[in-house]
Amino acid sequence: MNIYGVRSIYRFEMARWFRTLTQSIVSPIISTSLYFVVFGAAIGARMGEVNGVSYGAFIIPGLVMLSLLSESISNASFGIYFPKFTGTIYEILSAPVSTFEVVAGFVGAAATKSVLLGLLILLTARLFVNYHIAHPLWMLAFLVLTAITFSLLGFIIGIWADGFEKLQIVPLMIITPLTFLGGSFYSIDMLPPVWQKIALINPAVYLISGFRWSFYDVSDVAVGVSLGMIALFMLLCLGIIYWIFKTGYKIRP
Amino acid sequence: MKQLISIRGLSKTYDSGFQALKHLDLDIHRGEIFALLGPNGAGKTTLIGIICGIVNPSSGTVTVDGHDVVLDYRATRTKIGLVPQELCTDSFETVWATVNFSRGLFGKPRDHAFVEKVLRDLSLWDKRHSKILALSGGMKRRVMMAKALSHQPDILFLDEPTAGVDVELRRDMWEMVRELRDRGVTIILTTHYIEEAQEMADRIGIISNGELILVEEKAALMSKLGKKQLTLQLQKPLNNVPEGLESFALELTDNGCSLVYTFDAQNEQTGIGTLLRTLAERGIDFKNLHSSESSLEDIFVNLVRGR
Repeated sequence: MNIYGVRSIYRFEMARWFRTLTQSIVSPIISTSLYFVVFGAAIGARMGEVNGVSYGAFIIPGLVMLSLLSESISNASFGIYFPKFTGTIYEILSAPVSTFEVVAGFVGAAATKSVLLGLLILLTARLFVNYHIAHPLWMLAFLVLTAITFSLLGFIIGIWADGFEKLQIVPLMIITPLTFLGGSFYSIDMLPPVWQKIALINPAVYLISGFRWSFYDVSDVAVGVSLGMIALFMLLCLGIIYWIFKTGYKIRP
Repeated sequence: MKQLISIRGLSKTYDSGFQALKHLDLDIHRGEIFALLGPNGAGKTTLIGIICGIVNPSSGTVTVDGHDVVLDYRATRTKIGLVPQELCTDSFETVWATVNFSRGLFGKPRDHAFVEKVLRDLSLWDKRHSKILALSGGMKRRVMMAKALSHQPDILFLDEPTAGVDVELRRDMWEMVRELRDRGVTIILTTHYIEEAQEMADRIGIISNGELILVEEKAALMSKLGKKQLTLQLQKPLNNVPEGLESFALELTDNGCSLVYTFDAQNEQTGIGTLLRTLAERGIDFKNLHSSESSLEDIFVNLVRGR
């Protein structure tokens, strides 16, 4: 195990984040604050409780997930795409590091950033809404697992993309709609029955539901199912990454 | 063991169908400077890429110090430092950070004293806090060299090390490569500059269209294939090569003002004496003469053209 190698990649990625700290931290905080001002304070005040939770508090887990997913993907995809773009990936390919170590470095850093950001958003939310966390450890577990899973997905996108527009297209066209429709701002049982069934094929539903359960003990689907779905998705991503390095897809001709 | 790198039956066909290497065999000896010469697209970079782990071989094997580069990549890659042809650097990093990154990536613990030494040797120490994008092209190339040397490799690959580098820096590079060799580092360089191979290499391999045309000690190569030419500048121009001199296969050039005699420098009997005596007998006078040895460039051009 090349610990120094993993640490180098991890540090390098974190340093990149700190160099662009304003962009990396301030902009998600501002956008989340805007959500709270609009949906939490302005509109939320006129809405009733959802599943016994005030609307402002109800949307917090969904908003955190929204940022978590998009930040995990964009951090991880950019992290691996950029060396490909500039050519510096030659060094990683010629280094004595295994697939697992490369992924651990890149995905570990991307997931760390996302988790930190998620916690920061939770702190920001505290300024607007008073909420409690019923299962803090589970909350953290959901946060970490989701961050890792979607950083893995981001890593795959970064390897697949051969232009900056491709890098943007998956988060924009797939992830954002899925999270918006996945119950960030409403409970699934507020939907007409047919749409409730359809919503169940949306993976974001399970993430948001499980995460919300760790806050308020209420969920759209059973917690075990949520965890199972995350695990399944993570395994799927790991499988794809294993295949990528095995075949050299787009990185090692 | 004399061989450090051993390549057997190595072939590479890219997905596009382009066959970059065709069943190539080559041994690199411990401690030598090996120059790989060849025109663009000959397969030099592909060959280096396979040894370093950047390109997957289609068939054949490569071992480095007895370890297979695919099966036992950790052992082989730890020993190798690579300076690629293109200047690929992380523009926003400082010199110090990027060189330390490389060292860690290759599995070595931090060693500030060593990295300092590498940077000082490459005259980069004063620039250690500069961002790479602020450096000149020559400096960037040194940074890439520093990255490759940061983990104390036994083998250094230099892919076109002096392409686009000014004369002074080129001399510096050569100097440094020699110093590395004296310290026991085996060096494989590819180059377009024949002068470079001639200046630096212990052995030379010529590659063209994915095949090694020949591998030879530099001195042996030069003498084996080297021809000498004697040029006589005549007092009076001639219309034809004078009769009786056919056996010398002379060429009349320069509008009949020069006679050129090509001979094999290795032969005991070069025939120069006979030629000059014969010319004197015929009253052909000359005002100047010089002889020249064919350079590696001539050898190279002849070989590659001959294919």
